[in-house]
Amino acid sequence: MIVIRDLNKTYPTARGAVQALENINLTIQKGDIFGIIGFSGAGKSTLIRCLNRLEEPDSGSIVIGGQVVTDLTDKELRLARRKIGMIFQQFNLLDAKTVFENVAFPLQVAGRPKSYIRERVREILELVQLADKEKAYPSQLSGGQKQRVGIARALANEPEVLLSDEATSALDPQTTYSILELLEGINRQLGVTIVLITHELDVLQHICRNMAVLEHGRIVETGPVDKLFVHPESDTSRRFVRILERYRLGRFELEGAGAGI
Amino acid sequence: MRDDLFDLLWEALRQTLYMVFWSSLFALALGLALGIALVATDKGGVKEAPKLNKLLSLVINSVRSLPFLILIVLLLPFARWVVGTTLGPTAAIVSLSIGAAPFLGRIVESSLKEVASGKIEAAQSVGASPWTIVWRVLIPESLPALVRGVTIAVIAIVELTAVAGAIGAGGLGSLAIRFGYQRFREDIMLATVVVIIALVQSIQWTGDGIAKAIHRRRFNPE
Repeated sequence: MIVIRDLNKTYPTARGAVQALENINLTIQKGDIFGIIGFSGAGKSTLIRCLNRLEEPDSGSIVIGGQVVTDLTDKELRLARRKIGMIFQQFNLLDAKTVFENVAFPLQVAGRPKSYIRERVREILELVQLADKEKAYPSQLSGGQKQRVGIARALANEPEVLLSDEATSALDPQTTYSILELLEGINRQLGVTIVLITHELDVLQHICRNMAVLEHGRIVETGPVDKLFVHPESDTSRRFVRILERYRLGRFELEGAGAGI
Repeated sequence: MRDDLFDLLWEALRQTLYMVFWSSLFALALGLALGIALVATDKGGVKEAPKLNKLLSLVINSVRSLPFLILIVLLLPFARWVVGTTLGPTAAIVSLSIGAAPFLGRIVESSLKEVASGKIEAAQSVGASPWTIVWRVLIPESLPALVRGVTIAVIAIVELTAVAGAIGAGGLGSLAIRFGYQRFREDIMLATVVVIIALVQSIQWTGDGIAKAIHRRRFNPE
């Protein structure tokens, strides 16, 4: 379970402090796939990066699996991060390392013995369907394959939580779909809690069970994903749903016109 | 051309190579330490320490602003303390290493800073320590840039050996000045210039070749 209490974060800028997150309170159940949605600049990325403290919150607390992440020393934090995997929009693979070495990296950091690493990397590459690519360098992979390596790396140390920072935003729709399927499978098979941020409603609709809507650094709506589509309450979710509906209407019109010819 | 040419040239080349090799090695070790320290202690670095960063930067800039000839003179007592003499190639290595280290420090710094911050964050997100990030992420990821930068620095050290040659270090620079210039031996002057050009050229080719090989392995393997 992840519990966020009264989380605040401001950024100093040339024109004074900008409040990126304001009094965030959120509970995410163990084993959930939880989506955080919002328009650009809403603070989604800041929020998810606070969870493993890539971003230091100004105040408030974050508890993950009973451990108060916000109270940890640097050394304790490094240990805790092994159990919080993260995947990124730009994949952030190491170009100097092969697929195998990229996935082995977290295990080496954790001080695992070589024989264990070899076995574990093969196993996890099997899971993300890249067993035949272990000797390839990232530059030889497609976007979808790169993200699969990213997922394998994030899962190497058997984390309890997987954070996804716009992991599908740089991918085409078909690849996005296959990555989402993979994440869903991982959640089902390994019971990993997944927290993902996105600006794509499709992603939310496709795999998330619960969600929160972020608007100007505040949570304006939370609950099951179905609720957002049926009864959008906040301004942001109404706009999201409206965009989606207009798009669907447009598509029906186009298809209708096509049928007439 | 006289028959002493070859012997003189060979001896001078040997001394130059000796000075360049060891100075490059020591300067690289010092430069790596400086460059890593600069990057790590910088704002947003893996081991932030703004005051130390400013101090390091100040020291590096100070050493770099001294003309090399003056730096050698300033370092004479230190050279005597380390190697027991202020003359010859071995004494020059002390000054050359210290003189080139800040330059290498800046080269290492700028190479390491080219590594995308996302890669560093990815390493942090799996629990890597600052030390691990430096050795297993920053240096390997920036290796082609590092090799190119070190090549520039080694060539700069070849130039510096010639300057050191002017005040008793020996080597090709010294030969050109003592024989080519002061004794009007044009054949020696010309031969020295040709050898220095060949030396610099082969260093550049070697560096380019290594950098290209690393790049090819990572980005266009067949």
